[in-house]
Amino acid sequence: MTKFTQYGLVLVGALTLAACGGNSAVLPEEHDGTIDPAAQSEYETVETTPVEPVVDPEAWKADPLNHPDSPLQARVIYFEFDDASLTEEARDIVEVHAKYLAANAGQNIVLEGHADERGTREYNIALGQQRAETVRRMMLLYGVASTQIRVLSYGEEKPAVFGHDEQSWALNRRVVVRY
Amino acid sequence: MLVTVRQTVKPALLGLVVLLLLITAGPVQAVLKIEITKGAVGALPIAVVPFGNDDGTNIAKIVESDLQLTGRFDALKRENMLEKPVESAEVDYQNWRILDVEYLVVGQVKPSGNGGRIYQFELLDVYKQQRLLAFNIPVTQNQERAGAHYISDLVYEKILGERGAFNTNIAYVSLRRQDDELLYELNVADMDGADPRPVVRSAEPLMSPAWSPNGQRLVYVSFEQGRSAIYIQDLKTGKRSLVSREDGINGAPVFSPDGRKLAVTLSRGRNIDVWLIHLESGRKQRLTRNPGIDTEPAFSPDGNHIVFTSNRGGGAQIYEMDLTTNRIQRLTFEGKENLRARYSPDGKKLALVTNDRGSYKIAVFDLASRSQLVLTEGRLDESPSFSPNGAIIVYATQRGSKAELAAVSVDGQVHQRLSDLEGDIREPIWSPFVK
Repeated sequence: MTKFTQYGLVLVGALTLAACGGNSAVLPEEHDGTIDPAAQSEYETVETTPVEPVVDPEAWKADPLNHPDSPLQARVIYFEFDDASLTEEARDIVEVHAKYLAANAGQNIVLEGHADERGTREYNIALGQQRAETVRRMMLLYGVASTQIRVLSYGEEKPAVFGHDEQSWALNRRVVVRY
Repeated sequence: MLVTVRQTVKPALLGLVVLLLLITAGPVQAVLKIEITKGAVGALPIAVVPFGNDDGTNIAKIVESDLQLTGRFDALKRENMLEKPVESAEVDYQNWRILDVEYLVVGQVKPSGNGGRIYQFELLDVYKQQRLLAFNIPVTQNQERAGAHYISDLVYEKILGERGAFNTNIAYVSLRRQDDELLYELNVADMDGADPRPVVRSAEPLMSPAWSPNGQRLVYVSFEQGRSAIYIQDLKTGKRSLVSREDGINGAPVFSPDGRKLAVTLSRGRNIDVWLIHLESGRKQRLTRNPGIDTEPAFSPDGNHIVFTSNRGGGAQIYEMDLTTNRIQRLTFEGKENLRARYSPDGKKLALVTNDRGSYKIAVFDLASRSQLVLTEGRLDESPSFSPNGAIIVYATQRGSKAELAAVSVDGQVHQRLSDLEGDIREPIWSPFVK
C-alpha cells in the first residue's frame, strides 16, 4: 500500500466516521430505544424535503381532452388588432389541436371567432369570422376533415373581459376551440 | 346657450308582466334624462309656455325638448317668462318682444265631451302679433305623449316648411347582466326614449335591427340557435319568419326602399360578401365578390345604389355600388377607417362611423362634395341613424362604463343624451314616418 493510499484510507475513514457521527449528536449513554421529545432539541434538525411521487409525463395522453396537463387545454388563440393572421404562438396552439383532430376523425369542434369592441359590430362579426377561418384553414393542412370543424363568429358580442382598455381588448381578440 | 333639462326618472321595469301592467296603466313617463349639452347658434328663439291644466304629461316640456333637439330652435327658459298665458287672448306681446322671442306656443288641456281630453294650442308670431296655427287635438289614454309630439310636428312644419319627425320610434338593443345571466332585448320606444316596449328577448346576442319602409316590421340578427340567423318580425302580430341561417355569417340586414328585398352579409363558410335576398322568392343574389370583408350594406332612398364597408383597399372604408351598372367606387378617403354608412332620407349625405386617430366618432359625408364633417367626440361612438326628416342623428355612445344613446343635430350644433334606459344600450335605429 502506498503512502497515498494510506492517507486516502485514513481520510476516507475519518470522513466516514464524521458522517456516521451525525453532526455533533452524541447518543445519551443510557439509551433504551425510546425517544424523548425533550431530548430532541439536542439533535440538530435536518431538513428534509418531501419527495413527490413519480408522475408519468405521458399520463395526459390517456385522457387528452380533460387531463389538466394536456396541451389541448390551451384552447384560446389570440390575435392582433384588425388582423386575422396567426402569430407564432397561435400556430403552436393550433398545431396541437390539428394533430389531435387529424388522429381522431370522429372528434368535432366549433371554432368561435371574436373581436374587441372597437369599430362597428357587423365589421367585427366579419373579423371574428376571418380569424376562425384562418384557424380552420391551418387545421385542414394537417389533415383534419372539414366536416369536423364548424366555424362561427360572435364579433364583439361575447367578450371574455368587459373592460375598455388595451389589456381587455387584447383578451377579446381571440378564437376559442370548443370540443 | 346651455340648457339642462332634468326630469323625474321612474325606475325601469324588469319583469315582462310588470311592464305590461304599467303599459296598460298609462304611458311610462320620463324614462330618460334629456340633457342638451351644447346649444345651437343661429337657432330661432321660441317660447313654449306651460300648458294650462296640464294632465301630468308636461306637454310644454316635450314640445320644447323636441324642437330644441333639432338645433333649429332655441327655447326660452321657464323662469325667464314674464307671463304664462294659455291662449292668445291672454298674451301681451310686449312681454315677449323684450326677451327677443320670435315664436310663442300657448295652450291648455280641456276635457272633451266623451270623457277624453283635448290639447288645445296656438302658435303665434310675436313680431307680427299674428296667430299662425290653432288646433284642438283629441287625446285618448296612452296617447298623451303622442299628442304632445304631434304639436311639435305641427309647429316645426309651420315654421320651417319641413316635416317634423317627433311622432316616430326608435328600435334599439339592450343588454342587461344579472349575476351570470345575460338578457338581450330588442326594444321599440318613442323617438325620445320614452315608453320602451320589448319586441324580442333572448339569452343569446341580438343585433343589427332595421326597419321595413312602412315601419311595420323589423329585421334583425339573432344567435338564439347557437349561430347567427336573420329574422323578419311583424310588430303588430309578433309573428316572425326566418330569412337566412346559412353556415357562417348571416348579418347586417337592411330592407330595400320598396320593401321587397333585403341586402345582407353572407359568408357561406367562405368569402364575406354583400348579397340580396328577394323576399317573395327567397332567391339569393350575390352582389360583391372581393376576397376581403364586404359588409354593412345600405340602400339609397331611390333604391339605385348600395353603400357598404369593405377592407379591399387595406383598412375599412365606404364603397358605393351602382345597382344598374354594378360599378363600385370608393367614397371615403379621410380617416384611418370609415364604417357602417347610412344614407340620409334625401339621399345627399351619409352618416357613418369614422376612426379619427384611434377614436371612433360619428361623421356626416356629403356625397356631392365628398367632404366629411365629424359630429361627435367618440371614443367609441357607433350606429348612427337619421331621423326620417334628416334633421337629427341618433347614435350609440360609451359614457364611463355604460353604453347609452345620444342624439346630435345634423349640423353638429345640438347634442343630447338619452340616458337612464335600463342596461347597456346599443344600435338605435330611427323608424320611418309612421303612416
